[in-house]
Amino acid sequence: MNVIEVKGLKKSYGQVHAVRGVDLSIPAGEIFALLGPNGAGKTTTVEILEGFRSRDAGQISILGFDPQTQGHAARQWRDRIGIVLQSAADAGDLTVIETIEHFSGYYSKPRDIDEVIVAVGLEDKTGALIRNLSGGQRRRLDVALGIIGSPELLFLDEPTTGFDPEARRAFWALIEQLRGDGTTILLTTHYLDEAEALADRVAVINNGLIIEVSTPAELGGRATSKALISWRDGGQVKTEESDNPTSVVTRLTTQFGGEIPELSVTRPSLEDIYLKMIGGVHEQDS
Amino acid sequence: MNKIPSALNLGIRRGGLEIRQFARQRESVVFTLLFPVILLAIFGSVFKDTIAPGVTFSQYFVAGMIASGLVNTGFQALAITIPMERDVGGLKRLRGTPMPASSYFIGKAILIAVSMIIQIALLFGFGLLFFGVEMPTELSKWITFIWLVLLGSACSTALGIAFSIVPKSGRGASAVVSPIVIILQFFSGVFFVFTQLPTWMQQLAAIFPLKWLTQGMRSVFLPDSFAAQEVAKSWETGRTFLILVLWLVIGIFFSVRKFKWDRD
Repeated sequence: MNVIEVKGLKKSYGQVHAVRGVDLSIPAGEIFALLGPNGAGKTTTVEILEGFRSRDAGQISILGFDPQTQGHAARQWRDRIGIVLQSAADAGDLTVIETIEHFSGYYSKPRDIDEVIVAVGLEDKTGALIRNLSGGQRRRLDVALGIIGSPELLFLDEPTTGFDPEARRAFWALIEQLRGDGTTILLTTHYLDEAEALADRVAVINNGLIIEVSTPAELGGRATSKALISWRDGGQVKTEESDNPTSVVTRLTTQFGGEIPELSVTRPSLEDIYLKMIGGVHEQDS
Repeated sequence: MNKIPSALNLGIRRGGLEIRQFARQRESVVFTLLFPVILLAIFGSVFKDTIAPGVTFSQYFVAGMIASGLVNTGFQALAITIPMERDVGGLKRLRGTPMPASSYFIGKAILIAVSMIIQIALLFGFGLLFFGVEMPTELSKWITFIWLVLLGSACSTALGIAFSIVPKSGRGASAVVSPIVIILQFFSGVFFVFTQLPTWMQQLAAIFPLKWLTQGMRSVFLPDSFAAQEVAKSWETGRTFLILVLWLVIGIFFSVRKFKWDRD
């Protein structure tokens, strides 16, 4: 059984059709990234799956539950999922360890507190008040609170926004560790390199519809698209597109009799493909 | 499989956390807990008269201060701070956990009850030492006092949580909530002798719980002979109880049905 199963999900706000029929199937243990520009229906979709919003139409099963479940069943469901929201700036007067300890008490089978603190790299900050943490440290605390209940399914919404490159790498390593534990992860992100580094599969959503679901390597025909070869010939940079870049390079090697000046062979990045798919809309504000 | 902790258990844990957070906000601790004492000091120094044989204004005012302390500490504080918690995403995060809403509400109720007890102790201390406030001697009055504080603080907590859905943002909450509380205090006979207020004001105040809490507290702190000077010529203890219970039920109903975890 898939951890996430969505069929025909629809949601409108008045005249605005935010989600117009989304289908998703995500098996256990997969890291799945949902990509899309602002206003594409990404947040609405995820918030419906998280049980924060109602839907107009469609079937949803998350770990076998409908997210609209109420009462005790809802508590049992939430006991098995973890949610890292975009921003939370509450509880500034508590320390890191107090907050993590308190949240661990909400769950039936919490992870070891010290282990979680080490995993998110906050071991030097356990006694610090949350109000005194930097943005990146706060974000790591958000993640700690999301995983403290040892969730089977983790929602990560823009987890590394505001991270420096080093912190992002450390965060990616943490996600790999969760993958090793078999946690299913639904990730939304603006960073294409992040999706490429982490996700088993990505879905691109635009105008309330899923355009494509694929591995990062194959999205938008990326694996089979033409490679771009560029080199310098005299004072001029020359380029050529080809399905067989190796033969082009062989030809050039013969032509130049050895080293080809400033040779590069590139395939379109995930970002190039993505931007083409969503029609060039790529604001990164939120 | 392990069991999820009970709602009551989590509520008590939340109460502990709420108290810890509150205690670390030094300015608001001092202001919240000492505000009634400061008001007693001001009014007690200005009005030195007796309002009835053997009844000083300070004595009358202590009753009003405890009653309005219940409204300030519960209703006003929650109706302002909950929208602020909502603004910064704290409530949404809680909603994403297995902690039920009832635990969150229980936690708030514990915080309000504890801060009321401290507030009352301070008011009693200062009142006895500096303003000649007399404590009741009959056991029955103390029993009335205890249920009034418990029921009043529960009622005030529930209505504060319920009213937290009204302010659109934390920033605007104080502007919406504070005037309501101040007007209610004037109408309910906290600062003035209730029977000296215009009739329409008295009738309007009688709809809301503060008037009944204040009157109930008068029945505790003023001699029974003063009951004859009340509007109904009696303390109306039974009616006070019923009206507070009714408001408690209204507060719980809206808190449970309409509570907003998220800004939009």
